[in-house]
Amino acid sequence: MDDTHPPSDTSQEVGVAIGAKKPQKKVGVLFAGRGLVCVRGGRTVFVGLDFALEPGDALVLMGPNGSGKSSLLRIMAGLLKPAEGDLLWHGYAVEDDARSHYARQHYVGHLDGLKVAMTVSENLSFWTGLRMGEVPSASSVRNALSAFGLDCLADFPARILSAGQKRRLSLARVLASPADLWLLDEPTVALDRDSVAALKQAIAHHQQHGGMVVIATHSEMALDRARPLHLDRFVPASELAELQEDAATVLRKNGHKAGKKGRRL
Amino acid sequence: MTGFWLIVHRDVVMAWRQGGDGLMAIMFFLITVTLFPLGVGPESGILARIGAAVVWVAALLATLLSLERMFQTDFEDGSFDLIAIAPLPLEAVVLAKCMANWLLTGAPLLLTAPILAMMLHMDREGLAIFVVAMALGTPSLVFIGAIGAALTVGARRGGVLLTLLVLPLYIPVLIFGVGAVEAAVTGQSAQPHLLVLGGLLLGTLPLGLWASTTALKQALE
Repeated sequence: MDDTHPPSDTSQEVGVAIGAKKPQKKVGVLFAGRGLVCVRGGRTVFVGLDFALEPGDALVLMGPNGSGKSSLLRIMAGLLKPAEGDLLWHGYAVEDDARSHYARQHYVGHLDGLKVAMTVSENLSFWTGLRMGEVPSASSVRNALSAFGLDCLADFPARILSAGQKRRLSLARVLASPADLWLLDEPTVALDRDSVAALKQAIAHHQQHGGMVVIATHSEMALDRARPLHLDRFVPASELAELQEDAATVLRKNGHKAGKKGRRL
Repeated sequence: MTGFWLIVHRDVVMAWRQGGDGLMAIMFFLITVTLFPLGVGPESGILARIGAAVVWVAALLATLLSLERMFQTDFEDGSFDLIAIAPLPLEAVVLAKCMANWLLTGAPLLLTAPILAMMLHMDREGLAIFVVAMALGTPSLVFIGAIGAALTVGARRGGVLLTLLVLPLYIPVLIFGVGAVEAAVTGQSAQPHLLVLGGLLLGTLPLGLWASTTALKQALE
């Protein structure tokens, strides 16, 4: 993990403002997106989206439902191709070498990818083994499980897990093998307070070691070096009106608030 | 390579624990073939004449039963997102899935088919060739089926669509599989038929992997 850290000249670097059309070549910015456009099923979700992350940064994706938080995370993971725009790692296009991009990230989506017939530790060691290309040691699996308080359930089938415990098992996967970039889609859903604290601690530790995290969330999570990214700023005007019409009153209010915050940035 | 065996192992263990999938295909196979002597009557001449075809058709249908869930469950629970971003190439993933599928359905079919063929009065020369033909033919059925399974992933009522897509493609395997046994029984050489079956296997292996991978990539978008 350490060999991928950028050279020591990061100190000269000033953070590139989110949304600003700056060239990605600046030293220090490790992972960046430029002019990203996402179209899903004929609907334009967002246009002209830029972001830039330095080692240790956290990007917090905000916006109403349907504003493209999950789509952006899938684009970042390489699971979805943007209609336009580029993803850059160290200034080089990610799609030129998709395999190495896969290797430096962890993606935790809405779906947990758990097999209920397998035990908790079998699930974890399968995913870790598949990612690492070798079966992980029992102790590393245990450690990752105990970070989210699942070690006592290790030998039980995943069938008996509650929604929150399943979520914790997905998050334990992130801890079981190293990666520079964590992509977390609503990780706090169904989590209890202790688990949210454990997640925050894990993210902080990851950031201290130069890791980056992109997190889509509705709940406030106080993270260090967090850069908010309001996705509704990139929604085409016509689509935004539609989005807000569709949504319930509460949702519309949320979207409006987020919009205000976005302008203040 | 470890990732490959991890997927094979996981699929086999899961099917073993859940008990249903693999066993269901074999039970279907046994019952379907058993229905024929009951329907046609115990006359050994007729049964010997249609035996090879009956067992082959039942084997095709039994293979179909297990195909629908080949990729479907992984898509539904989000496993495929994680598999797609794993270092293992998607072709290898598909090959692992095909291998697990064959171990769970093809291999048991291969073991039970001779017994059923004997029940249908297939003679000894035919029986040996029949087993060889099944060994060559069943992997082809899985590779062809994988294409259908990958194309119908995420489709509503995918099972019916899968059957319509895949069954016509099974015709060559059926023709040469039955042809090999007929040749052996009538005292001719079964070799040309077996060679064609072998050729079909060599053709469907790369074609099946390539087409399924392409279809799965499409489905991931």
